[in-house]
Amino acid sequence: MSQTQTTKTTYHIPIGPIHPALKEPVYFEFEIAGEKIVDVDVKLGHVHRAVEWASRKRNPIQILYLAERICGICSYCHPAAFTLAVEKIADIEVPERAEYLRVIQGELERITSHLLWAGVAAHEIGFDTVLYLTWQIREKVLDLTEYLTGNRITKGIMMIGGIRRDITKDMLPRIKKDLEYYKECYDKLGKVFLNDKTVKMRSQDAGILTKDEAMKLCAVGPTTRASGVKKDVRVDTSYFAYGDLDIECITPEVLTGEVNGDVYDRIIQRLLEVKQAIELIEDCIDKMPSGDIVAEPKLAKLLNQLKKANGEAIGIHEAPRGEVIHYVKMDGNEAPFTWKVRAPTYNNILPWIPMLKGEQIADIPIVAASTDPCMSCTNRVGIVKDGRKYELTKEQLHKLSIAKTRRLMK
Amino acid sequence: MRFSMLPSVLAQMFKKPWTNKFPAKYAPSNTTKYLEDVGAGKAKINPPIETPPDFRGKIVYDKEKCIGCQLCIKVCPCEAIEFKPKEKKIKIYLARCCFCSQCNDICPVKCLSMSDEFLLAEADPYAKELIVE
Repeated sequence: MSQTQTTKTTYHIPIGPIHPALKEPVYFEFEIAGEKIVDVDVKLGHVHRAVEWASRKRNPIQILYLAERICGICSYCHPAAFTLAVEKIADIEVPERAEYLRVIQGELERITSHLLWAGVAAHEIGFDTVLYLTWQIREKVLDLTEYLTGNRITKGIMMIGGIRRDITKDMLPRIKKDLEYYKECYDKLGKVFLNDKTVKMRSQDAGILTKDEAMKLCAVGPTTRASGVKKDVRVDTSYFAYGDLDIECITPEVLTGEVNGDVYDRIIQRLLEVKQAIELIEDCIDKMPSGDIVAEPKLAKLLNQLKKANGEAIGIHEAPRGEVIHYVKMDGNEAPFTWKVRAPTYNNILPWIPMLKGEQIADIPIVAASTDPCMSCTNRVGIVKDGRKYELTKEQLHKLSIAKTRRLMK
Repeated sequence: MRFSMLPSVLAQMFKKPWTNKFPAKYAPSNTTKYLEDVGAGKAKINPPIETPPDFRGKIVYDKEKCIGCQLCIKVCPCEAIEFKPKEKKIKIYLARCCFCSQCNDICPVKCLSMSDEFLLAEADPYAKELIVE
């Protein structure tokens, strides 16, 4: 009698390079034993949209709009970081009022981004009613953004040496009314996210990132803060008007008294940041001094000034997802010599490895989403089993995720 | 709490939907016929939501005022503006325009301005409606 050999083998699941959960194309290879993820491998370097190259034949004012189109959700952070770099090179001093207005725009964007993320996270665990609730609130924030800038998404508000639109006195009642509304909604949202059993079941003890690993892998933004690392560009360096404002680096400790670094902590972290952003906007409106909003109102003159600029600088801004860095070098020509962008998601990709190890396949969507990459496109997984190839689409992954929630609820 | 969303969901059932039904309350079975009816005054278009103040819509160009300095061409991020050397005037291709209103800001004689018009869909990018000159 021949003996059948029974050896346990692991399966490989490749995800990417084009994957919907990812803002930037990235390639994953999961090693799976049954339902458990044994190992994860991440390969980077697939993204090349030639945005940086396109800047070589544009002047800094044109690049502002190019930078805005790097990301749809961070359409303020990228121009902001770029202007900070260019202002350093050309030695432009920004009027104080503009600095405050810039903070207001930045924090408004943080609110929209975090609310969008909260909705997506709820969707990933199959709790779609919360998706509609959060996006309902986000819609109101977008309405305010539209009122202040003229557009909902690509705001076109940044200008080298200041900001393009002022907040006049007759705008204040509307802003205050809206901020009150956000606060009300914030309480409601907090209750749903922090007390609901469904959210707790799926997010507690899932995708843990320890403080050591967060520091070792250079995670940025809410991802690292949820692990207890106090790292925030707004606090660590002084730019815009953040130096004058009462801002503290928050971690989930504030609410729960302990840091676990799991998905639940990252939810708390982002909710706390929404509250902080609302308070910062209120603070700005109270403290804002009167005065000019741009350093050089004559754009032709500004262009000439930038043409003569020579040197290199780095602009750093705390985007909703973390620290965004722009490196600019100008050599006395109209267009910059180099422009290099490092978006926060780049840093937050490697922490996925310790987060995903030991988790189940059904946890991939929520754990991957917890670092807030762009989830709009994810989700085509190819599974190779016994040499046969079959694919898991986004919908199937989503169904698996919902099925796990149901299973846990029984 | 197990059903923390239930009160909001139930309340939502009795609220009026927020969606503004533009341009018609129900999708017409024949769009061209519907548009003909609108033209003849038989049907009415459901108005869109009003644009906010300082909305950036279709560019309005005052040709008489223009001095042909070409500064707008220099700042346009999407190269949507063309210079006509003979007349010393400009031509704006709206299909390329990103509606940033940067040309409005730099114009020394203020011959450019933004209107409220935002319905600019067209099958042909070089259609007459999408070129401002």
